[in-house]
Amino acid sequence: MERLVVVGNGMAGVACVEQILKHSPKFEVTIFGDETHPNYNRILLSSVLAGEKTADEIVLNDLDWYQKNGIQLRLGVRITDVDSKRKTLTGDDGSKTQFDKLLIATGSSPLIPPMEGTKKEGVYVFRNLEDARALLNQAGPGRKAVVIGGGLLGLEAARGLQVQGCDVTVVHLMDTLMERQLDWTGGSYLKAKMECLGVRVLLEHNTVAILGNGKAEGVAFKDGSSIEADFVVIAAGIRPNAELGRKAGLQVNRGIVVNDYMETSNPDIFAVGECVEHKGVCYGLVAPLLEQAKVLAATITGNKGPSYRGTVQAAKLKIMGVDVFSAGDFSEQAPGADAVRYEDPALGTYKKLTVRDGKLAGVILVGEASDSHRYMDWLRSATDLTAMRRQLLFPGPGQDAGLDVAEMADGRVICGCHGVTKGAIIRAVHEKGICTLAQLKDCTRASTGCGSCTEVCEHLLKAVAPEFQEESKKSLCKCIPFPEGKLREILRSQRLRSVQEVLEIYGNGVGCEVCKPALSYMLDMLWCGDHDEDRSARFINDRVHANIQKDGTFSVVPRIRGGVTSAKELRCIADVAEKYKVPMVKITGSQRIDLLGVKKADLPKVWADLGMPSGQAYTKGVRMVKTCVGTDFCRFGVQDSTAAGIEMERRFENLYMPHKLKMGAVGCPRNCAEATVKDIGLVGQEGSWQVVVGGAAGKKVRKADLLVTVETTEEALQAATLFFQYYRENANFLERTYDFVERLGIEKVRRETVYAPLAVQQGLRERYRKSKRLSRDAWLEGDEPRHPTQFVQIEPLESLEKAQA
Amino acid sequence: MSENKKWVRIATCESIPLREGRSVEVGGRKIAIFNLGNRFLAVDNHCPHKGGPLAEGIVSGTTVVCPLHAWKVDLDTGTVKNPTSPVPCIRTFPTRVEAGVILLELPVGPAAVPAPMTRLAKPDRPIHWVKTRIVSDRLSGAPGNA
Repeated sequence: MERLVVVGNGMAGVACVEQILKHSPKFEVTIFGDETHPNYNRILLSSVLAGEKTADEIVLNDLDWYQKNGIQLRLGVRITDVDSKRKTLTGDDGSKTQFDKLLIATGSSPLIPPMEGTKKEGVYVFRNLEDARALLNQAGPGRKAVVIGGGLLGLEAARGLQVQGCDVTVVHLMDTLMERQLDWTGGSYLKAKMECLGVRVLLEHNTVAILGNGKAEGVAFKDGSSIEADFVVIAAGIRPNAELGRKAGLQVNRGIVVNDYMETSNPDIFAVGECVEHKGVCYGLVAPLLEQAKVLAATITGNKGPSYRGTVQAAKLKIMGVDVFSAGDFSEQAPGADAVRYEDPALGTYKKLTVRDGKLAGVILVGEASDSHRYMDWLRSATDLTAMRRQLLFPGPGQDAGLDVAEMADGRVICGCHGVTKGAIIRAVHEKGICTLAQLKDCTRASTGCGSCTEVCEHLLKAVAPEFQEESKKSLCKCIPFPEGKLREILRSQRLRSVQEVLEIYGNGVGCEVCKPALSYMLDMLWCGDHDEDRSARFINDRVHANIQKDGTFSVVPRIRGGVTSAKELRCIADVAEKYKVPMVKITGSQRIDLLGVKKADLPKVWADLGMPSGQAYTKGVRMVKTCVGTDFCRFGVQDSTAAGIEMERRFENLYMPHKLKMGAVGCPRNCAEATVKDIGLVGQEGSWQVVVGGAAGKKVRKADLLVTVETTEEALQAATLFFQYYRENANFLERTYDFVERLGIEKVRRETVYAPLAVQQGLRERYRKSKRLSRDAWLEGDEPRHPTQFVQIEPLESLEKAQA
Repeated sequence: MSENKKWVRIATCESIPLREGRSVEVGGRKIAIFNLGNRFLAVDNHCPHKGGPLAEGIVSGTTVVCPLHAWKVDLDTGTVKNPTSPVPCIRTFPTRVEAGVILLELPVGPAAVPAPMTRLAKPDRPIHWVKTRIVSDRLSGAPGNA
C-alpha cells in the first residue's frame, strides 16, 4: 500500500482524507497536526469564545474516527522540513517520515501588521482552540479588550469577548467594517448593530504600536491618539502557510500554486485549503476547501477527471442577533451591473443585489439573512432572473420557508460547504431513519461547515422526517439572542445579579416586556433574593402585588390555604369590602375570595386591614391548593386531603414560578377538588397517595401524569417538592407544567426527580429550602414600600391655574 | 390657532424610579411621566387601544408597553409601534428638569380639554382585529383572574 502523509490536521486535510476513503482504501494514511486536538470546526471558534459551544462540541472527527479508519494520527508535531527527492519529512520532534504521496494542508497563519510591541504579554491572535482558551482566560467582566481588525474574524472575536463581559473596542484601518464583503452602506448598518450590542467601533484608525511596559496596556494610533487596553487581539487577516511548499521546491506565489486538478508542480505532492493559490486566488473560507478536497481526492486516487474551477465566495457573520451575509461580486462599477437595493434604518435591514446580464453577480444582506440560500443558489447556478425581476428582494406571497423547501429541486445544493443536495438529505432521512439535526450532521455532514444552511436543513427535516425533533428552543427574544436554558447557565456561571446587567452584557441593553420579566424570574430563582431586584423589569402586577384590571384598578385575593376559612376571616373580608367600597366580591374558581376594583393607592391599607397574607393571584407564583373535605366530614374520604393540601400550600407559598402554579389535594379517587387537572395534585387512596403532575384545565385540558405513588403524606409532600423545584429550575418562563412535562416526557421527569440519585434529590431539596427561607409575603411591602411612590398617586406640586405662564 | 401653553412644576425627580412611570392628574388630564435615566418623557396616560394606564407599563428603550394588551407606544412621538401605525395616537408633552423638579409644558384654556380618544383605525375600516389578536397572543402569559 502506498504511504500517504498529510501535513495538517485541520478541516481541509481531514476533509480530503474523508473523500479519499470514499474512493479507495489504497493508502496507508498518516496525519500530522501541530495542534493537540483532533479535527475541529475552526469556523465555530467564535462560538466557543462566546460560550455558546464547548471545545468538545465543535469536534468534527473524534479520535475513534481516526482509529476506525486506520489512520495514524500524530498530534503536537510540526513538520519543519521536506526532502522531495528522498521523499522524507522531518518533524520538530526529530522524527523522519517516509511518504509516497504527500498532501500539504497547512492552512494559514494570522497576519500581524507591522506595528511596535506585538511581542508583548497580553497580545493575542485568534486562530485556534489554544488561542480561544487563552482569550477566555483573559476575558471577564470589566476587562478592556481591543480587537485590531474589523473583518469577519475580528468582529466575531469582539462579540465573543463582549459576551464574556469585556469592554470591547474594535479598531479598523478602513472606513467601513468587513470591506471585503460589504459595501459602505452595508458596513455602516453593521457598525450600528455592533454598537447596539455594546461593542465600540473605531474606523480609520491605523494602529502603530501596542503600548505598555512588557505587557499590553493600550494601543497607539498614527494620529497620535491612544486608548487603554488590558489585552489586545490581532485579527487583521491571514496569510497562507506555504513554507513547506517552498522547501519542497514547488511553485509558490502567495500560496502553493495548484492547477484545476489540485496538482502542484511535483506529481507526488498535493496541496489543499488555505495554503494554496488557485488561479491567483487564496481562499480563506470553508466552502472552497471542501470543493477542493473532492477534486483532490479524485486526482490522488487515480480518478483524475473532476476539476476545480474556483468558488463563489460567500461569507456569513456568525454573531447571534447580527445577520450578515455576503456572496459574489457586489461592486456596482462593473460595466452592465445594476444594483437592486432595499433598506430600512429603523429595522436595521439592508439588502443589495448586483445583477449583471440578467444574472445575479453578488449579494449583501445585513440585518435579515434568511433568504441567503436562495441567492446562493441563483449565484451558483447562474439562474436567469429576467422573469423574476419584480420579486428579487421580496418573494411573492405564499413563498414561506416551508413551501420554499418543497419547491426546491432535488439536485439543489443545500449545504454549500459540503455540497449536500436536497436529494441527498431526503435519501438519508428515508434510508437511515434520521430525525434530528445532529443525526443529519453525522450522516451527511450537512450544516457542519459555516452553519448558514442550518435553518433550511431544519425546515427540510420538518417536512420530510415524520418524527423530527427540534433541538433547542428558540431565543428568548430579539433583545437577548440566547435560548432560555443557555441564559440560565450564563446567569449562574457569570454570577450576574441584575436584569439590566444581563441585558447590557448579553443583549441589546434595552430589553422588552418579554425578556425583562423572564430574566427577573431567572435571577430570583437562581439567587433566591440575594440579587438586585429591579422592579422596573417586572410586570405591573409584581410591582404592586395585585392584579391589574381593564379599568386600571386592581384585584386583591388573600391567601386562604386549602380553601378553609373562618367566620372571623369572612367578617374581616366583608368589613374591608364595605370600607373601601369594593365594587365586586367574588368567590373564585380556586376556593378563594376576590375583591375586585381596588385603587392602587388603597392597596397597602386593604392588606393591613385584612391582616391576611398575599394569595399571589396576580403573579407567576404559587397560587393555591384546592382541597376536598377529606376525612374530617366526608363519608368516602380515605386520606386527610384538607390537612395535606394546607401543608403543601404552606410549604410552597410566596415563591415565584415560571408560570402560575395551581395545585389540588383530594381524599379519594372521586376527585372532588379536581386534583388530576392541576399542576401538582395529591390523590388519596386507601393506604397511599398518588402524586400527579402536569394537569391542566385552562387554555388546554390535560389529565396529569402519575409521578409516583407513596404511602405517607410526608412522602407525598417530599415527592411534590422535588417536582416543584425541578420545574422551577428547568422550565422556560411562561411554560406551564403541562407543556413542561410534555416537552420532557414524564419518564425523564421521574428519572430526574423521584428516581434520581440521592445526591440529586438532596440538591433539589436544598435549593428549594434556600429559596423558601429567603422568601416572604409580598404584602409586607405595604408597610415598607420599596419606593416612596410605589403605591402613591403623585400629586402635582402646583396646579395648571397657578403655574406661571 | 396656536395653543397657549404653560410650564407646570409636577414632582421631584426622585419620585419616579429609573425606567418606571408614574401617573399624575393635572389640568383635568391624566398624564404618564417616565424616567428614562437621562431624561423624563410624558404622554397621555391612556393607551390608544383600550385606554390602558400606560404609566404602569414596562419601559423598553423609548417605548412603553401597555400593561393591558401589550401595545407598544413610542414616548418620543406618541405613535403606536406595535401594531404598526405611523399616525401619532396620543399626545406627548415637553418636559424639563429644574432644580431637581420635573416640569411639564401643558396647554391651557378651552383647547386643553382632551379630545376623547376612541379608535385608531379610520372610520371606514374595522379596527385592526387581526393585529390585536396577534398582540394578545403574545400576552398569553398575562394573568387571568383565576
